[in-house]
Amino acid sequence: MPTLDRIARTVLWQELVKGFALTFRYMFRPKVTLNYPYEKGPLSPRFRGEHALRRYPNGEERCIACKLCEAICPAQAITIEAERRADGSRRTTRYDIDMTKCIYCGFCEEACPVDAIVEGPNMEFAAETREELFYTKEKLLENGERWEAEIAARLEMDAPYR
Amino acid sequence: MAEFFWGVIWPVVVLAVLTVVIIVPLLLAVAYLTYAERKIIAAMQLRQGPMFVGPYGLLQPLADGLKLFFKETVIPSRANKGVFLLAPMITFILALIGWAVIPFGEGLVLADINVGVLYLFAVSSLGVYGIIMAGWASNSRYAFLGALRSSAQMVSYEISMGLIIINVLMTAGSLNLSEIVRAQAEHGWYVLWHFPMFMIFLVSIIAETNRLPFDLPEDEASLVTGYNVEYSSMTFALFFLGEYANMILMSAIATILFLGGWLPPFEVAPFTWIPGPIWFFLKVALILFVYIWARATLPRYRYDQLMRLGWKVFLPLSLAWIVLTSAVLVFFDLAP
Amino acid sequence: MTAALFVFYVLALVTVAAAVMVIAARNPVHSVLFLILAFFNSAGLLILIGAELVGMLLVVVYVGAVAVLFMFVVMMLDINFVQLREGFLQYLPLGALVGLILLLELVMVIGTRAVPTTVAAMPQATPPGVNNTEALGRLLYTDYFYLFQAAGVILLVAIIGAITLTLRHRPDARRQDIAAQVHRRPQDTLEVRKVRPRSGI
Repeated sequence: MPTLDRIARTVLWQELVKGFALTFRYMFRPKVTLNYPYEKGPLSPRFRGEHALRRYPNGEERCIACKLCEAICPAQAITIEAERRADGSRRTTRYDIDMTKCIYCGFCEEACPVDAIVEGPNMEFAAETREELFYTKEKLLENGERWEAEIAARLEMDAPYR
Repeated sequence: MAEFFWGVIWPVVVLAVLTVVIIVPLLLAVAYLTYAERKIIAAMQLRQGPMFVGPYGLLQPLADGLKLFFKETVIPSRANKGVFLLAPMITFILALIGWAVIPFGEGLVLADINVGVLYLFAVSSLGVYGIIMAGWASNSRYAFLGALRSSAQMVSYEISMGLIIINVLMTAGSLNLSEIVRAQAEHGWYVLWHFPMFMIFLVSIIAETNRLPFDLPEDEASLVTGYNVEYSSMTFALFFLGEYANMILMSAIATILFLGGWLPPFEVAPFTWIPGPIWFFLKVALILFVYIWARATLPRYRYDQLMRLGWKVFLPLSLAWIVLTSAVLVFFDLAP
Repeated sequence: MTAALFVFYVLALVTVAAAVMVIAARNPVHSVLFLILAFFNSAGLLILIGAELVGMLLVVVYVGAVAVLFMFVVMMLDINFVQLREGFLQYLPLGALVGLILLLELVMVIGTRAVPTTVAAMPQATPPGVNNTEALGRLLYTDYFYLFQAAGVILLVAIIGAITLTLRHRPDARRQDIAAQVHRRPQDTLEVRKVRPRSGI
């Protein structure tokens, strides 16, 4: 009897029918993927995306040119030059991040004593040339202005765990 | 002069117009078959498939075509240039000329020839040349191996396909495709009488058109897409179009031989209201769905298993079925 | 009629030209491709006289199967063809002699028959009222039945001969037994045991 059962299963293509039925059932299941550029998944407040340099609410830039980020950067993507400004405060004259080198480890953010350099929520900054990815101080400050609301909200959400 | 015009020029013009009337919708169908394939497989894998170009990605095939059209045609430096360029053209043309004898409805056929089945069989057996020439002319190991695999595979499966077709021919008593469909109006669809043969035929046409799970000639994993590895731009597009047009052609053949062509499933009121060509189209679409469904379900065969299936399983089975069919036809005096 | 004549001349010319190119082409793969072209055009000629079944069978069998195998062999051979052609002139007299004898034989065979001079007097591929397939079937299964069967038997013998000549039994080769694999059930081969830590089985 078991032999007959086996033969019947083989001749009637039991395994094939099972497999085909499975894929057919799956066809009507809800999709698990998102329609990406129009729909996006949730981002953690700790998500490490494109860099930004922040300012204080009064408009003064936060960065004090301590160069801790430059020192800790494992990819050596950050270059900083600094000098004394006319009002006597120590400020950067140059703050470059080579985004083609950056590995998005977030160490710069951790090292910063004044929360000046942060990695924001933006990850859609693909460019067509390498030059566009060599970020300068102006570009980073502009990013900070653009993303300040999101960055501040993220920092606040993450603060209890720090 | 007038005689010459009406006798020679006019029929040629009419034929050309009819050909265009068949080919343009066919190419559109090919384009949207690729879209349907991507969408259906995506659905079975819980993905969304193309969504970006046009609403629900409906313009995706046109975008793909345009992209291929504007790419550069690369000809390998040590390739045999003439044969290299001839191969995709042969594949594409052969995929199109088969449609000349396909009846879309009662009387809706370009060439109603008496040996329609043999013509289709001849066209599909020629299909191997496009691939074998491409493999040889590319002067590449992968392409050559793909071509060898494909020619052995297509020749093997043609034999079982031929034997299956003989069953249908014996029951219908004609080699004319329209006659075969009319015979099914009388006898009932042959899928009922020759059900095992229909299943084997479905598997054989998948192998014949080199589709998954039998797509060994273009096996990405072991042959980096086989015979078309050296092809780019329009030459590649012609292979691609040829492959999909062949899929539709084979589905049409299966529809005519087993699913009653343009006949409605039941000869009662709501079914007979729908015109024949639409039934034909629906049946072809059903078989194409099975093609895509199989691709989404089954893993690729190993080459020796493929050969074993063709020669040691399908060939004896279809041969035995011929003996059975002819015995039944003679015994009950049913032979037409 | 003019159109048919025109098609005939095109097909005939291409057939002859392709046949010449088969022996003239330097590359053997090109030779095979020209051979296929010649087959194809002969099929066209056969269809033109109404012998559609034979024409289609020529394409299916010769172009679709035989020439593919030719192509297979020729593609995989890696011969220096310039070297192969060196002795060409040396064998020319012998070859010409064989060709001449064949030609004479052909002429003699054709000469013994009365060749009809008009189209109407020739045997027709499609007798009135019957299509070509049916006409051919009636001939094969009545007048030439024994010859037809004999041809089948000879082909069968050839198949069996080819298989017995090339079949090697290799007792040391390991083969896949698909039936055994499919029929393997978990309860036959698997045993689930509770294993206590540090005690082993």
